[in-house]
Amino acid sequence: MVKEEQEESPNRPDNTAFTQQRLPAWQPILSASIVIPMFVLIGAAFIGVGVALFIASRDIQLQELDYTGDDSAHPCYKCRSSTEKCTCSMTFSIPNLFKGPVFFYYGLTNYFQNQRKYGASKDDNQLYGDLDYFKDPSSSCDPYTRDSRNIPIVPCGALANSMFNDTFSLSHVVNGTQKIVPLNGKGIAWWTDYNVKFRNPSVTPLINAFNGTKKPTNWPKPIYELDTTDVYNNGFINQDFLVWMRRAALPDFRKLYRRITHDDYVNGLPAGNYTLTIEYNYPVYSFNGRKKVVLSNVSWMGGKNDFLGIAYIVVGSMCVVMSIVMLIVYAKFKFAEDD
Amino acid sequence: MSRPRAIAAAPNDEEMPYSDDETDDELDDELDEGSESEADEPQEADRPAEQQVKANDRAYHQLPEFKKKVFLCIKKSRYSGNAIKTYKYNVITFLPLNLYEQFKRVANIYFLALLILQIIPDISTLPWYTTLIPLVIVLGITAIKDLVDDLARHRMDKEVNNRKCEVLLDGRFKESRWMDIQVGDVVRIKKNDFIPADILLLSSSEPNSLCYVETAELDGETNLKFKMGLRVTDERLQEERELAQFNALIECEEPNNRLDKFTGTMLWDGDRYPLELDNMLLRGCKIRNTDVCHGLVIFAGADTKIMRNGGKTRFKRTKIDELMNYMVYTIFALLILVSAGLAIGHSFWYNDIGANAWYLNDGKSHTTAYRGFLSFWGYIIVLNTMVPISLYVSVEVIRLGQSKFINWDLQMYYSEKDTPAKSRTTTLNEQLGQIQYIFSDKTGTLTQNIMQFKKCTIAGRSYGGPTTSEGVSLDKIKPVDWTWNRHADRKFQFVDHFLVANIKSKKDKDVLEFFKLLSLCHTVMVESKDGELVYQAASPDEGALVTAARNFGFVFLSRTQDTITVSEMGQEATYEMLALLDFNSDRKRMSIILKFPDGRIRLYCKGADTVIYERLSPNTRHKETTQTALDIFANETLRTLCLCYKDISASEFEAWSRRHKEAQLNMVDREAALDRVYEDIEKDLMLIGATAIEDKLQDGVPETIANLAKAGIKIWVLTGDKKETAENIGYSCQLLTDKMQIHYGEDNEILYEKKKKRRRLRLRRLGRRQTPSNPQDPMNEQEKEMRQVDFVNMACECEAVICCRVTPKQKANVVSLVKKYKKAVTLSIGDGANDVNMIKTADIGVGISGQEGMQAVMSSDYAFAQFCYLQRLLLVHGRWSYIRMCKFLRFFFFKNFAFTLVHFWYSFFNGYSSQTAYEDWFITLYNLAYSSLPVLLVGLLDQDVNDDLSLKVPTLYLPGQQGSLFNYKNFFISLFHGIFVSLIIFFIPYGAFLQTMGQDGEAPSDYQSFAVVTASSLIFVVNLQISLDTLYWTFVSCFAVLGSIAIYFGIMFDIHSAGIHVIFPSVFTFTGRVTAQHYCF
Repeated sequence: MVKEEQEESPNRPDNTAFTQQRLPAWQPILSASIVIPMFVLIGAAFIGVGVALFIASRDIQLQELDYTGDDSAHPCYKCRSSTEKCTCSMTFSIPNLFKGPVFFYYGLTNYFQNQRKYGASKDDNQLYGDLDYFKDPSSSCDPYTRDSRNIPIVPCGALANSMFNDTFSLSHVVNGTQKIVPLNGKGIAWWTDYNVKFRNPSVTPLINAFNGTKKPTNWPKPIYELDTTDVYNNGFINQDFLVWMRRAALPDFRKLYRRITHDDYVNGLPAGNYTLTIEYNYPVYSFNGRKKVVLSNVSWMGGKNDFLGIAYIVVGSMCVVMSIVMLIVYAKFKFAEDD
Repeated sequence: MSRPRAIAAAPNDEEMPYSDDETDDELDDELDEGSESEADEPQEADRPAEQQVKANDRAYHQLPEFKKKVFLCIKKSRYSGNAIKTYKYNVITFLPLNLYEQFKRVANIYFLALLILQIIPDISTLPWYTTLIPLVIVLGITAIKDLVDDLARHRMDKEVNNRKCEVLLDGRFKESRWMDIQVGDVVRIKKNDFIPADILLLSSSEPNSLCYVETAELDGETNLKFKMGLRVTDERLQEERELAQFNALIECEEPNNRLDKFTGTMLWDGDRYPLELDNMLLRGCKIRNTDVCHGLVIFAGADTKIMRNGGKTRFKRTKIDELMNYMVYTIFALLILVSAGLAIGHSFWYNDIGANAWYLNDGKSHTTAYRGFLSFWGYIIVLNTMVPISLYVSVEVIRLGQSKFINWDLQMYYSEKDTPAKSRTTTLNEQLGQIQYIFSDKTGTLTQNIMQFKKCTIAGRSYGGPTTSEGVSLDKIKPVDWTWNRHADRKFQFVDHFLVANIKSKKDKDVLEFFKLLSLCHTVMVESKDGELVYQAASPDEGALVTAARNFGFVFLSRTQDTITVSEMGQEATYEMLALLDFNSDRKRMSIILKFPDGRIRLYCKGADTVIYERLSPNTRHKETTQTALDIFANETLRTLCLCYKDISASEFEAWSRRHKEAQLNMVDREAALDRVYEDIEKDLMLIGATAIEDKLQDGVPETIANLAKAGIKIWVLTGDKKETAENIGYSCQLLTDKMQIHYGEDNEILYEKKKKRRRLRLRRLGRRQTPSNPQDPMNEQEKEMRQVDFVNMACECEAVICCRVTPKQKANVVSLVKKYKKAVTLSIGDGANDVNMIKTADIGVGISGQEGMQAVMSSDYAFAQFCYLQRLLLVHGRWSYIRMCKFLRFFFFKNFAFTLVHFWYSFFNGYSSQTAYEDWFITLYNLAYSSLPVLLVGLLDQDVNDDLSLKVPTLYLPGQQGSLFNYKNFFISLFHGIFVSLIIFFIPYGAFLQTMGQDGEAPSDYQSFAVVTASSLIFVVNLQISLDTLYWTFVSCFAVLGSIAIYFGIMFDIHSAGIHVIFPSVFTFTGRVTAQHYCF
């Protein structure tokens, strides 16, 4: 009956839920009986997660060795301002088994890899193996685009130019003799970096691709000779290069150097004394940077980090406290209403 | 549905400032903000002062003296052709013009400037597309909207310009297109045709060259009006041959926009003839009931009155608009401050670290200060998203939606007249939720404007109560049976049998004279439909009076240009009409001078009691008794008119008639001259009696007023009625209650004393207010202002105010006084042409489409059919719109702060190098795709309580009036909320990433992972926050929230996929699978 009327007049608005603003809707009323238990539940869940994270983080073993050498007593002090090749070594002891797999990191402090211009100072096309950009690198690489004789630099840019070039070896002191701990440098870079973003030009031998280009000014060796032990680990897909090129978010960072997964050390580093030998090349003294080596293992939640666990516990506790406060307020108001 | 429309009713919202006759003598210039359209007419020195049109002479109008300079030395006839152009763009000009118009907006200019900054390589911290893509989309949406509008206009123009019409060319009528018609052409128009231009009516197929027109397109009024050709043209210009030889020269006013006025003279064969509006057929009207008529084109195309009326509108802005702009400025200031701070930070950092870090060497030898300077601009770019680019577009979308909801509301649809509510602007909706003062017209707004003749007083005796035919008053009686009168209107009800008996006996001369006057003195048109007489009255009062006379046996049968035929108790009589002294709101009376069949000349006059009593003859009788009766009628809220007559001797009339003719020929100031002549004859009147007409209240008016009052809205009724009527109307519509104390304007002194007392009401007689032109009381500006302040202060302390005896101009003045001194949000509601001024003055104008035509509706912002819909408009739609808009704005600011300030925190850890915390594409799409939909839907659909509850609890309206949901406090709360959220979004990932490794041993603290984690958490937080703020969860909202998150992940995975990197190695650099990070909020 109403319908007929509607058809009579084209001016009559449609009687639909949408046009009449009567769409079926859920209007949640956040009453105390819902909110307070919800807060308690969320709080409990957060505290639970937090405790789990915290315990996991506490169990992770971590060995940090600062080798900047700013202290005259430090074995690396001599290398700090040396311009020649310099090697120093540090000893440390591990009291009980350092459970494997053990990861070997280098870390830099007060180092601004996240500086905007520095981060942008690379040529993605060049790193993708595009030979056109070998001859004419992007201007974003300035002032590391060409050398003084106007020969293009490959890989260009400040990021590549400042690649970390200290090398490390670790040896286990067994019965007074140094036993080298084998370090595994395979697969330390991101899969996509290795397979997608960075590519060597399809020229064999690789060296020919770099004809007419120069190595970055700070580099001792050109990019196609980065790894002398493994021909395939050269060029842009060199693992150390890839790790370096993935720039860090914060000025204090660690980067994966090697894994300890071989021989006797599959299950970790046994208790004992170890010697870390450092080929000290990378200058950080001028900008008050620090260098360190970190050995660590991981748990299900990743590396050692108490912050997350604590953050969860704090938020969880806050929820619980809030729920108690609300309960008190609620009780008061409820009684007030009863009066 | 889509009937052909005239052009002025263009398809956009901004139209029709209907110029009123009140603009000429300004009571108070600074008060009247209304548009004065006459002022801006181009006046050029070398032009003849008047328009001259020569019939059948196209060449004449091309003469050099009628040329005007168009461009450099190219001259063009100043007579416009009849082709019209309402569209703004054509194919070539669309892009540049539209862009130019869009870039007049500050926001768009701002983003354009940003874009230019981004192109400068030294300071470009974000790639150009982060600004360009949103800007292009925003501009694109607006451009598409404009394009669609303009295409409609193009189509309309084309349709109209190609309409056919017959034009007299080379002695013959030929079919021609409208666009080819020129000034001076003689055209022939047939029944039901639209009139192609402003045309002087020459002759028609009807007797006396009468021509009936429907002016619905012009003013929306549907009753027929008649136009009349001059007698001379009627007699001499009927045939094609005669018309072809017609060679008169017409001199008339310049083209203007006044639909109610036309003055001109026709010079033909050495004689001058006056021309007035009654001779004109205006473009946009339609010929009715007339087979054929001939006319001379006076104004064509853009010069026609209807075209002159379109276009110009005073732009109304809402409070929120203003506030929003100020907030954008605040954000802008904040942006500059923050950028400056970070730039300074960068300088210090560079001195301490940057300059010493060999790896950061950029090979440039800029000084520290210059680096800081560059960094400043860099940060302006990075932090630009604090000023939300999509804000204005989103606000427009929301307002459009709210307007649609008003149009769609079935509960504001009046089925009896098939009128839905119409929101005629889309920019004011949220203001509806902030109304503090309502100014209402009475007649037709509070009342139905359906007039019923109820009572009368004739020669001192009152009639109209329930009375038997013997004159005995009863409590109740059956209505009079009209079967004795075959012309009677059956719907007419009357309960005084005594009056009927009296009239049937024909003894009482005064009674007969009374109804005779009613049947003769009016401007009603009559039509015959199926043998029944149908009266077409311009005002409902007249209709009611003529209908009453008809039932009492004095039947108005027909009229010609100068005769009126009536049937007096069965006998037909024809009176010669010598002059018609028309009604207007200043004269408040109309008169007619008739020559009786027996040769007597008599003037009949009816009008408001005040003006009539001034002009009564000293020896008239029944003055006091009639006055008493009038007071009684007023107390019963009836509308009264006094009726009187005057006998005029032939010689007296002769003399007067001469003066009258002279005045009619006056080109300058014709109106005033006529008024003076009218004044001469309308004196020494003899009073017959007075009529009382009832105008019933509309349905639901008392409830609506009570409800609105509960919502804290002060209601002022502005009416032309006299004090007693106004007061009683006030009581009957519950504006006044017994609890209130009434103060009258006359008791000014008392008011001063009681100024502090609340709860009172005052009736103020505005007529008393002195105008500056009043010579006895020269008032200086300051004193005037003092009085105005006093008036507003006092009146605003009252709960309700009724202003009686106000003119349309005073209505507008009252509104602007309150606006000016109280800074309040005002709403005016009215239905008639006399409310147009007030409707346009108020912040929001509401028009009621009632009996009095569409002029009020045409100038209103919202229109509907019944007063009681006002409460739904304000308490439901207004309130919702306001709450939604506030919520939307608060959230919109919040989400952009939360988004942008993460960059700020990150700056402290990247050497203030304007490194962004997110990936570029995320920045590009954040406002467009990831966060806009849910908040837009909240702005469109959210309801805190449903409509029924809003109406039941009017106090829910109060927050809107106080503006407490969106102000600087809320803005800063949003700001701090944003700061807080951005802190969490930045520092929790910071803590989590600082010194840690992933499960696979890789160090995840690289920039990419960090950026993705912050971005993802931002998306979650923002979308969950809007979920918490959503009070009305429909499936759409749910879909939008989940959809936004899904879109984010979808796009992220695409952009981060290997494939897209292969295609654009240097654009999409964030390649790689992002390990799920274990943290959440």
